[in-house]
Amino acid sequence: MKRRDFVKKATLTSLTAVIGAEIVYGSKLLEGYIPLALQDPDPFKMFNKHPEMVVLNDKPWNIEAQAHLLDDKITPNAKMFIRNNGHVPEGIDAASWTLTIDGESVTREKTYTLSELKSKFEQHTYQLALECGGNGRSEFDPPAKGNQWTVGAVHCASWTGVRLRDVLEDAGIKSNAVYIGYHAVDKHLSGDPKKEPISRGCPMAKALQDETLLAFKMNGEDIPLVHGYPLRLVAGGWPASVSGKWVNRISIRDKVHDGTKMTGTAYRVPCEPVAPGEKVKDEDMCIIESMPVKSLITYPKTGAMISKNKALKIRGHAWAGELEVAKMEYSIDFGSTWTECAVEKPANRLAWQHFSAEVKFPKKGYYEVWARATDSRGTSQPMLLPGWNPKGYLNNACHRIAVKVK
Amino acid sequence: MSKEPSFRSNVRKVYQMLFLVFAMCVVVGGGMIYLMVNPNALDPTAPYEAVVEIPEVIDENLIENGIHVRTGLVEADGLMEVVNNCTACHSAKIVTQNRMNTERWNATIVWMQETQNLWDLGKNQEIIVNYLVTNYPPKKKGRREVLTDIDWYELTD
Repeated sequence: MKRRDFVKKATLTSLTAVIGAEIVYGSKLLEGYIPLALQDPDPFKMFNKHPEMVVLNDKPWNIEAQAHLLDDKITPNAKMFIRNNGHVPEGIDAASWTLTIDGESVTREKTYTLSELKSKFEQHTYQLALECGGNGRSEFDPPAKGNQWTVGAVHCASWTGVRLRDVLEDAGIKSNAVYIGYHAVDKHLSGDPKKEPISRGCPMAKALQDETLLAFKMNGEDIPLVHGYPLRLVAGGWPASVSGKWVNRISIRDKVHDGTKMTGTAYRVPCEPVAPGEKVKDEDMCIIESMPVKSLITYPKTGAMISKNKALKIRGHAWAGELEVAKMEYSIDFGSTWTECAVEKPANRLAWQHFSAEVKFPKKGYYEVWARATDSRGTSQPMLLPGWNPKGYLNNACHRIAVKVK
Repeated sequence: MSKEPSFRSNVRKVYQMLFLVFAMCVVVGGGMIYLMVNPNALDPTAPYEAVVEIPEVIDENLIENGIHVRTGLVEADGLMEVVNNCTACHSAKIVTQNRMNTERWNATIVWMQETQNLWDLGKNQEIIVNYLVTNYPPKKKGRREVLTDIDWYELTD
């Protein structure tokens, strides 16, 4: 209120003084428009996030949850992590928004308005687990470059949209199609309009799955701006960077998409295991596809003190990328013994699954409750860090909480 | 005898009247001064006059307790070279989160120059990398760290 009035009355010169830089095209600023630099920088208000979310980075915005915040079966917006590669776009107008399907392997380039997408194609809703490829990066040694995510870069929301397959088939897919790549309207940090902050994609097989959506609703409402309003590609079970936000173009490629963050060390890991810290050549790096099996104890919050002879109720979620979680276990003796516990079937393919148990402790003392999920192919989470890689992806080591029995 | 009480009551009346006049002067005068300061106070249609409450442009490079306030970077040799070259596009938070040795910082700078429009740092590159490896050195973590900073609480339910 006060700030807006100030902007209305202030001269551009004083605005410039506050921002500390000249406002180029300042004379063309709309009356009442507040330059971004002056906008309330409180991310919790700006993005409606829970006060216990943790800000890792403010330019671009990267914010993660803590394990206990992710207790809901369907993650609400307030507790969803934010991962941005560039600046959040401004001034989006859903009414004039279009999506273009192009690329070497499209039969005929085609553009759809948002309302055409909604009316022309059948709508579907799925709960989809999206985990940042770098979730858990903070644990790697030697340290891996990037935002130091701990455990909170994962969520499972309910997404509503149309199948990417239906739209691609409507435009026509040539038989030589290999990959899709998305393009979006977010801005590169350097301000260079020729650069895309991120433009990733997936092989045709993933693009054509039932659950791969062009979503316009999240948890039954318009997708919040920071999560991709008005249109987001959602590909559950794969690194969340495949699920491009603010998407306005999808290219059907006749080769592996080569957009920003598809090459080098970005979202790629050594094709063959390497020693920690080892240098890896570009050609020896492979693109991450399905995320590995993983689980999170979301209740209780770590640090619980309970009295002896009282069972501790624990619960959480488990997910396994493209696969399903087949078994869930916990240990209170650092993995010496494991106890199997109940895990529910997923609400739909690629949704996370809920587990729960009642844990009894033999005597007083300090304990850690470790959780371990096993996928439908028999692969379990490691207790130690999995294979080191230059950018610290795919850390699916067991989650644990500290408990004291008194 | 009867004159004295009536004189006293007259004095009291005059005194009360004078006090009333004085109080009115205070109220009217105060009101006029208020109107001078807020000319639209009596105009119900006038827009709310804003009090300018922009954060004061304090010293951009203020250092408090050894920390560069605007960026959170540690005060040490090379601080301003880092501030001026490394926080224009991205947050200092991504710098301080990352712990690398000289070789990997140099490689990261090359990557930023090749892909992120970072300029040639010239002689500042050595100053910047020295600042980073000295003040934000890599920490040995091993294959799995001990749980630390546990916030203990009674779980009652």
